[in-house]
Amino acid sequence: MTEPPAIGGPGGAMELAESEGGGLEGKGPRPGRKGSGKRARSLWSDAWHDLSRNPVFLIAGLLILFLVLISLWPGLIAGRDPLSCNLGRSLSPSSTGHWFGFDTQGCDVYTRVVHGARTSVTVGVCSTVGVAVLGSLLGGLAGFFGGTWDALISRLTDIFFGIPIVLGGLVFLSMTGSRSVWTVVSFIVLLGWPQVARIARGAVITAKQNDYVQAARALGASNTRMMVRHIMPNAVAPVIVTSTIALGTYIALEATLSYLGVGLQPPTISWGADISAASEGMQFRNAPHILLYPAAALSITVLAFIMLGDAVRDALDPKLR
Amino acid sequence: MTEQSEQSRKNGSEGKREPILEVRDLVKHFPLSKGVLLKRQVGAVKAVDGISFDLYPGETLGIVGESGCGKSTVAKLLMNLERPTAGTIKYKGEDITRLSGRALREVRRNIQMVFQDPYTSLNPRMTVGDIIGEPFDIHPEVAPKGDRRRRVQELLDVVGLNPEYINRYPHQFSGGQRQRIGIARGLALRPEIIVADEPVSALDVSVQAQVVNLMEQLQDEFGLSYMFIAHDLSIVRHISDRVGVMYLGKMAEIGTDEQIYEHPTHPYTQALLSAVPVPDPEIREGRERIVLEGDVPSPANPPSGCRFRTRCWKAEARCAEETPLLAVPKVFEAAGTGAAHASACHFAEERAAVVVA
Repeated sequence: MTEPPAIGGPGGAMELAESEGGGLEGKGPRPGRKGSGKRARSLWSDAWHDLSRNPVFLIAGLLILFLVLISLWPGLIAGRDPLSCNLGRSLSPSSTGHWFGFDTQGCDVYTRVVHGARTSVTVGVCSTVGVAVLGSLLGGLAGFFGGTWDALISRLTDIFFGIPIVLGGLVFLSMTGSRSVWTVVSFIVLLGWPQVARIARGAVITAKQNDYVQAARALGASNTRMMVRHIMPNAVAPVIVTSTIALGTYIALEATLSYLGVGLQPPTISWGADISAASEGMQFRNAPHILLYPAAALSITVLAFIMLGDAVRDALDPKLR
Repeated sequence: MTEQSEQSRKNGSEGKREPILEVRDLVKHFPLSKGVLLKRQVGAVKAVDGISFDLYPGETLGIVGESGCGKSTVAKLLMNLERPTAGTIKYKGEDITRLSGRALREVRRNIQMVFQDPYTSLNPRMTVGDIIGEPFDIHPEVAPKGDRRRRVQELLDVVGLNPEYINRYPHQFSGGQRQRIGIARGLALRPEIIVADEPVSALDVSVQAQVVNLMEQLQDEFGLSYMFIAHDLSIVRHISDRVGVMYLGKMAEIGTDEQIYEHPTHPYTQALLSAVPVPDPEIREGRERIVLEGDVPSPANPPSGCRFRTRCWKAEARCAEETPLLAVPKVFEAAGTGAAHASACHFAEERAAVVVA
């Protein structure tokens, strides 16, 4: 058997640790505990190890890093004011200094595309955080306590799940007077949480049935302790996976709503609203650039987040692959 | 402590000492309900249906029985992981079934559990140090904060693991090593009783002996009382001082290991023992195998009277009407032989051909 005798001293143990880690752990953080050679890898650091070697993750990560940078500081690559427009230059094609040309209102398309990233990233990230928090809270409660809690929350989930999101958007958002980014985010959170709640409920129920939760209970652990130390760390992976994949779709959803005229309103710059403006009166037939660039930006952004979600899923939940 | 356990081995523990755990008429029914929103009860799975036994300090009580007979439910009831439907569990004279809060936590310090599956009983997101140290987090009075790392390393050493492994994660260990970690966690609070629910059935045969021997050695060292649940009759005989045989939520027969293995009087025990593989071909030739017919009846709808009557070759009309009590059969009371032990059968008798090597 593989069990080295305890009295055998660290000799055998070191050998074992050595042969296990070997060539696999190339770099990675190695704080090196005293005596024990190197720190053992947790499941989280295993997942990170997988991720950092996944080309899909690296490409998506670079794209997203770039998106985040230009959302924070759009001035870095687009110095002009996106709202200073000149009708005289309406629909002019691309030229030096104005690579993407001008739209119907005579605004610089390049500047608007760059400034539009902030809206999309904000809506995507905030909706995802909101959905993840609300969804895992409600789903976690249902899964952990079961019984009446579960019955109530599950039925509520079913009701919200049944609302078609675009139709719901047309109804709810058209009733609101002025819509900011936060109106749209709240709407997405309101209709998006059931998806995460279902996943979280299932994950919590699965984790709850493990013997280590029973072991903690047998030791006298409190509900909070079991939840925080034992259930959450083992149930959080599927929630992270669904949320990351959903992030891309929320960005697309915001664009859809803005395209339909129930999303963001000027002066907020949104790719969806710009696409909508471009398709008004079929103007893109004469000037395809006003549709092409915002649409391309939107597609690339959504793609980047969905690729990130895929990579995260592969790393955290190999069974789903 | 060592003396005590030695003594219990010799006396067959039926001496005059106080039992540390007294279980009386323990019942656990799991309700069967129908309907999604408005649930109504349509019956109950009678997982444990009136079980009584004592556990004495320093002894090992083995519980055997086939899958689904309620062994694990008994363990969960003892651990207060499930509330019994009826009956009492007295720990040192105090009924622990209705305790809650602080009082329950105090009792839990003294009764700990070792689980069946070493792959699900350790949290994969925690280091070995955190897993074995968790009992100290929950019961901070046992070990002062600065002392914990040392205590955890001591425990690793006690169960035969390298104390250097403290920062490793469970997935880096083999099944046998994981079970040792589980045992170390169970020992951390210095309990008096350890309930082991099939602690070796998930392990390789080669490792089973190591773990069982470790448990025996720890028992002598710390004066533990074990409640050892298993379906492997040979392992139970190896470790137990007394053995109880369960069938369909009831205790069929209970006695010292010699009484049960050499002088079984309940037909179910005899059938079980006749199924134990015997390595010696000559003995194997001579013995008679009792092959039971049919399946175990559903615990939701157990047979009337004796639970075993539907599969018993001795069953008569009386067995369906009258539930046999778990008591020393009158025939053997005065005999003074090994057959004089509690057996829940109207027609208890010894049978020569079932003796296990």
